[in-house]
Amino acid sequence: MAEQAVDRQEQEYPESRPQQPAAQKEKKPKKKISGDQWVAVGFLAPSFILVLIFVYGFIGWTGWVSVSNWNTLVPDFSFAGLKNYIYLFNDYRFQADLRNTVFFTILFIGLVIVMGLGLSILIDQKLRGESLFRNIFLFPMALSFVVTGVVWQWLLNPSTGYNQFLALFGIQPKWYTDTNILAGFEWGSIEFGLPVAIIAVVIAAVWQMTGFSLAMYLAGLRGIPDELREAARMDGASEFQIYKKVILPMLMPITVSVIIIMAHISLKIFDLIYAMTGSGANFVTDVPGVYMFETTFRGNYYANGAAIAIIMLLLVAVFIVPYLLANRRSDG
Amino acid sequence: MATFNVWKTIKYLILIVMAVLFLTPVYVILVTSLKPLDEVSLANMWALPSAIDFSSYSHAFSELAPNFMNSVYLVIPATLLSALLGAMNGYVLSKWKFKGSELIFTVILFGMFIPYQSILIPLIQFLRNIELYNSIAGLVLTHVVYGLPITTLMFRNFYANIPDTMLEAAKIDGANFLGIFRHIIIPLSITGFVVVAIWQFTNIWNEFLFAVTITNSDSQPVMVALQNLSGSQIVQWNVQMAGALLAALPTLLVYILLGKYFVRGLLAGSVKG
Repeated sequence: MAEQAVDRQEQEYPESRPQQPAAQKEKKPKKKISGDQWVAVGFLAPSFILVLIFVYGFIGWTGWVSVSNWNTLVPDFSFAGLKNYIYLFNDYRFQADLRNTVFFTILFIGLVIVMGLGLSILIDQKLRGESLFRNIFLFPMALSFVVTGVVWQWLLNPSTGYNQFLALFGIQPKWYTDTNILAGFEWGSIEFGLPVAIIAVVIAAVWQMTGFSLAMYLAGLRGIPDELREAARMDGASEFQIYKKVILPMLMPITVSVIIIMAHISLKIFDLIYAMTGSGANFVTDVPGVYMFETTFRGNYYANGAAIAIIMLLLVAVFIVPYLLANRRSDG
Repeated sequence: MATFNVWKTIKYLILIVMAVLFLTPVYVILVTSLKPLDEVSLANMWALPSAIDFSSYSHAFSELAPNFMNSVYLVIPATLLSALLGAMNGYVLSKWKFKGSELIFTVILFGMFIPYQSILIPLIQFLRNIELYNSIAGLVLTHVVYGLPITTLMFRNFYANIPDTMLEAAKIDGANFLGIFRHIIIPLSITGFVVVAIWQFTNIWNEFLFAVTITNSDSQPVMVALQNLSGSQIVQWNVQMAGALLAALPTLLVYILLGKYFVRGLLAGSVKG
């Protein structure tokens, strides 16, 4: 009987009520642990155990490898203390990786937000062809970073691609082959500053991920009732003021979500750079993800690779853990 | 009114310029991959082909076809299994909450954000031990496990929209935990399954790190083969472009045909339900 009632439901709108809401007592029955509740726990248990082992257990295991001497093909779990971490922080390549990650992350997140917000506001103006525009900006989201990397390494190749148009203006950027560090100063064994080559990778990554922030902001804009804008207009606010004072503050939670999600993508990025440029000369486009892969699986420095992985995890956790905890609190 | 139109024109202009820029990679892929071999040169990257020639595609296809099939054998079971487990978890975590279930949810969710580098070394050791290293089955297992957080999140948020009163009614009619799942939740989840399946399909198809570390040669998925193709010195870039399009085709088709659900998955993946 319940089944028939369900069949008549609109699947898209499960909130529409069944015809006979047989709920006689509105108060939920007090929680006593029923047989069904135990079945529910049993339903969840396999997944939870898998996650405990494969996520938390394996992270612990990686942590253990990172303080071991396993830097050859043969596993060696003897305790090495922080040797591998100290090695990394004195390592030219890893210092370059940290620098590149900082600039990649800032530029990538900044551009994804600006482009996504700007384009979503334009698309939300009730112009003709809005779904066409939306689809054009969103489709790269369906692609693999590998595909993006393969294509953009040709588009930003210094001897062809966009440079053929830029030649008309007399500029020929060297894109990802540029080894310059802008505004650099000595830091450890490297020059700290913006590696020009990273800009090329940022362009490809922004091309791929702008659709994400665009979709998020569009959903946010659609959720803002028209009455609010009307009210602001009545009060004499200009369109610009409405966006600045009313709309943008309301989109703030979305911006936070976009920053968090883009940050974790950016901090662990591997495939795009591996497919597009590799480490680059002087490691100008190298990132921890690429270093970890190469040193572990090409060089058999397992302990070093594990240490890089743990540092990456800590960097991501700085963003993610507060976010998850805040989400949990607001759920409760 | 005149100023209004100027603004409108400017808005269109910006959108059109951006759209054209966004489409240039597609243009280059299509133009390059359809050129006859003697017209393929870096200097003529932007030129239209004088005649349509599919030899780049046949070359790329012969290189990628076995790996393409590996991806198919990987993505179908991995998508179905992770969606099913996600539905089960989402059902419990939204409709059968118990003391500590929110904490369990957060603990599971964290797995979505970890850099997979941080579990990769133990994972490979483990897969070697159970003799699933370098196999599609090993990759399926990997993607099912690490897909659990996102599929659980999506189904939990999806089921949160199903009113509790419906479950209460069914309980009064004598339906138990499994009965409600089968007769009420599953039939109401078709949209949820479509959204989650599309999301998982796209992610697993496009994934590279697990693919390149867990498999070699014979069992490699298509993205690894594409990367090898592009890293190879002897393969020309018109073949790389054709290969990129072939490898991207399944997810692109899903996006074109079912884009609405793809976007819903994208939004559902951003934690807040």
